[in-house]
Amino acid sequence: MKTNDVILQTMTNVVLFIVLIFSIFIFFNGHHEPGGGFIGGLMTSSALVLLLLSYDLETVKKVLPIDFKIVTAIGLLVAVGTGMGSFLFDAPFLSQTYDYFTFPVLGELELATALLFDIGVYLVVIGITLTIIQTIGEDK
Amino acid sequence: MFTALHFAIIAPFIAAIFVPILYKLFSRIHTGWFVLTVPTILFLYFLQYLPTTANKETVTAVFDWIPSLGIHFTAYIDGLGLLFALLITGIGILVVLYSIYYLSKERESLHTFYTFLLMFMGAMLGVVLSDNLIVLYMFWEITSLSSFLLISYWYEREKSIYGALKSMIITVMGGFSMLVGFVLLYTMTGTFSIQETIAASSDIVSHNLFLPAMLTILLGALTKSAQFPFHIWLPDAMEAPTPVSAYLHSATMVKAGIYLVARLSPVFAISGEWFWLIAGFGITTLFWGSFSAVRQTDLKGILAFSTVSQLGMILSMLGVGAAALHFDNLDLEDNVFVGATTAALFHLINHATFKGSLFMMVGIVDHETGTRDIRKLGGLMTIMPITFTIAVIGSFSMAGLPPFNGFLSKEMFFTAMREITKFQLFNVDTYGVIFPAIAWLASIFTFIYSMILVFKTFNGKFKPEKLDVKPHEAPFGMLLSPIILVSLVIVFGFFPNILSYTVIEPAMASILPSLLQEGEQFYVDIYFWHGWTPELYMTIGVISVGLFLYLGMKKWVGIYRLFPDNISFNTLYDQAIVKGERLSEKIISSHMTGFIKDYLLYIFSFFTAALVFTLFHKEAFIIETQNLAPVSIYEVILAVVLVASVLTVMFTKSRLKAIIGLGVVGYTIALFFVIFRAPDLALTQLIIETVSVALFLLCFYHLPQIAKSLETIRFQLGNFIISLAVGTTITLIGLTANSNRLFESISGFFIENSYNEAGGKNMVNVILVDFRGFDTMLEILVLGIAAFGIFTMIKLRLEGKEQL
Repeated sequence: MKTNDVILQTMTNVVLFIVLIFSIFIFFNGHHEPGGGFIGGLMTSSALVLLLLSYDLETVKKVLPIDFKIVTAIGLLVAVGTGMGSFLFDAPFLSQTYDYFTFPVLGELELATALLFDIGVYLVVIGITLTIIQTIGEDK
Repeated sequence: MFTALHFAIIAPFIAAIFVPILYKLFSRIHTGWFVLTVPTILFLYFLQYLPTTANKETVTAVFDWIPSLGIHFTAYIDGLGLLFALLITGIGILVVLYSIYYLSKERESLHTFYTFLLMFMGAMLGVVLSDNLIVLYMFWEITSLSSFLLISYWYEREKSIYGALKSMIITVMGGFSMLVGFVLLYTMTGTFSIQETIAASSDIVSHNLFLPAMLTILLGALTKSAQFPFHIWLPDAMEAPTPVSAYLHSATMVKAGIYLVARLSPVFAISGEWFWLIAGFGITTLFWGSFSAVRQTDLKGILAFSTVSQLGMILSMLGVGAAALHFDNLDLEDNVFVGATTAALFHLINHATFKGSLFMMVGIVDHETGTRDIRKLGGLMTIMPITFTIAVIGSFSMAGLPPFNGFLSKEMFFTAMREITKFQLFNVDTYGVIFPAIAWLASIFTFIYSMILVFKTFNGKFKPEKLDVKPHEAPFGMLLSPIILVSLVIVFGFFPNILSYTVIEPAMASILPSLLQEGEQFYVDIYFWHGWTPELYMTIGVISVGLFLYLGMKKWVGIYRLFPDNISFNTLYDQAIVKGERLSEKIISSHMTGFIKDYLLYIFSFFTAALVFTLFHKEAFIIETQNLAPVSIYEVILAVVLVASVLTVMFTKSRLKAIIGLGVVGYTIALFFVIFRAPDLALTQLIIETVSVALFLLCFYHLPQIAKSLETIRFQLGNFIISLAVGTTITLIGLTANSNRLFESISGFFIENSYNEAGGKNMVNVILVDFRGFDTMLEILVLGIAAFGIFTMIKLRLEGKEQL
């Protein structure tokens, strides 16, 4: 018997974006408030897990045709790359810096190189959680 | 510098490399002919040093090997070294010649035989011509190794393997002990050079490492020379081909221990322990060897015990010779203790000649009749007349009968043993009388087994029905080597002084250097007829009592039943091996159970014991209460919830409850993070706890049906105690660590600088990505590896088709 998940799926369609936006907020906010790459990544993946729960694996793969193993690899590359990037400025491995810039609409903003590193962390966390869940889920 | 002398020592090793090539290349020629050139050239080469050593000169050639450790390949030629070098190469020629006729070209793998034999020859030369103790040790172990290979030459026979293993275990044990002794010598003198050690010997005699060094080195010498009670390997080594027995187990390797004792005599001989140990072990071995030889039924067995006995005799004479060092002004020409050393060296040469010929004789009998059992042999006198002549000369010399060389050395031996009772040191005057008594008894047994060897084999009734082949005289080539050796027996018997000026006098100067003043030299004159001395009466007594006992052997042979096979040193050795294996098996199987539970038990008990012991032994256990924070009501409530859920996890009967209990623990910890003001941690902990509970449930769902029978956790007292102890220990250490705050924490730096330096207000995040970003990088690497690990484990199922 095929169950009818219409309530769950409708709710998911709404909630999914709220969770995603919240996770991105937490990620960007991490430098000053609680949050950061790790928690942001976990929340993003929990949003995707919600998607997985209300639809099925095939549907999610169709909607998000991403190989999460590659996401993990990219995340690791970004993290190591930001570390190596500091060599270009004759600084030790993984040196971070920051500065303030004025943008046309947003006004004055702080941009830190640590954010780039955090993107790496974020991608790795999403990559590994979804790799694990998908692998176990596909297993019969 | 690498000289010709160095090359001569390692020449056999180099030749050994070419043996297999020649074997393959010239398969129609017996490989032994090529090998024969090596000892011949070396013998002639060493002969040229005779005038040098006769003039009391020595040759030293140093080749730096590991100079930073004081290890040099120092070739050193003096009288003693040259005597042995000539013995090794000389007997080497004869043994190789004999083996050419003994070993069949078609049936045997000759290349391995000659490779091992050359290795052994080179190693023996290295032992006797090295001045450096470590180099000596290296060559010493190569002799053990090559002897092991030669004994197990017929490796398809079980007894060969057994004998090889036994000799290996015993000699290597001695060798290791000897290495310890050498290192102790080095710590006392600071040099590995034997000559420098001898020069420093008067300084170290009162050192408290002197005795340990002596004992450990002696253990090496006694095991190698098959002295009581380490003689048991030699009879079993008789499984080797006869040329090997003749070479290794009569003339050369078993004399390596004798060489070492003689070589280190100048270092140790001044002490009383040396005298008692050397003379005591020697005389015991002499008696036990000759006594055991009589009961043997195998010809090679007789010869093996006879070798043991004769080596004991040489050793005891060296021990008595050490007594010479205790006289200040003694007449060098006419001193009995100096005479004992002369006798030892003379008998060393004599033994090599007659024992070598006897082994070859036995090899011929074995080869031509197919057996070595004296119960099957008899009446071969007319069939093998030349072999019989060899046997008679060799055995009579061994028994100490005139006019052969064994008679002379036996007379000198009796003199030494008789005179030792007059020695006024080390209580010898009290107990010394046992020496001549045992020596005389042992000589009687020597006489008996020598007679058995000849007459049980060649005399009596011919029993062709017990032999597999029709016996006939051996080919001339096989007889050549023993004929040369028995000719030497006669020549040395009639003209002993051709040895004394050339070889014995220089060798004595090496053993007793401190007795010689500047320009002085030993004067050795061995003469045949020495008058109606007590020694002569002793010999007459040996012959008459020996004859009487030999003829009436059936009457008294029953006394050997007093020494049954199951209480012997062989049984002791076998039992030690078997019991040792069983014990180690028992030890291993008692604690390596294969259950992770047990290993965890060991790990936890070890850590608990070590930590608690250290904590209280170092008096580090302190509890301070001043810096403790006040406890709030929330913390108490949360702690109660935590404890309750932990208890649920421990005592619940269902796995589902345990998983949920764990979840409660996790969420409570997240709440603790909240009240201890760690929002990042709380957030992470919440999500991670959720994920892990989900994973646990997944595992629970997939458990196989059979394991789903829900049983209670069984209560085990041991586990309970260990877990209680671990908990208590960790608590104690936590409390102590909290009370022992030695330094200010560095968190002040982060608080001050996280905004100024890194531009972030979230200090935790700044530490994670900026101050200590390296840790984070490696942690995400860990996560990545875990994900890929799970992926491969699940996707890559080999289904048992591919064996890993």
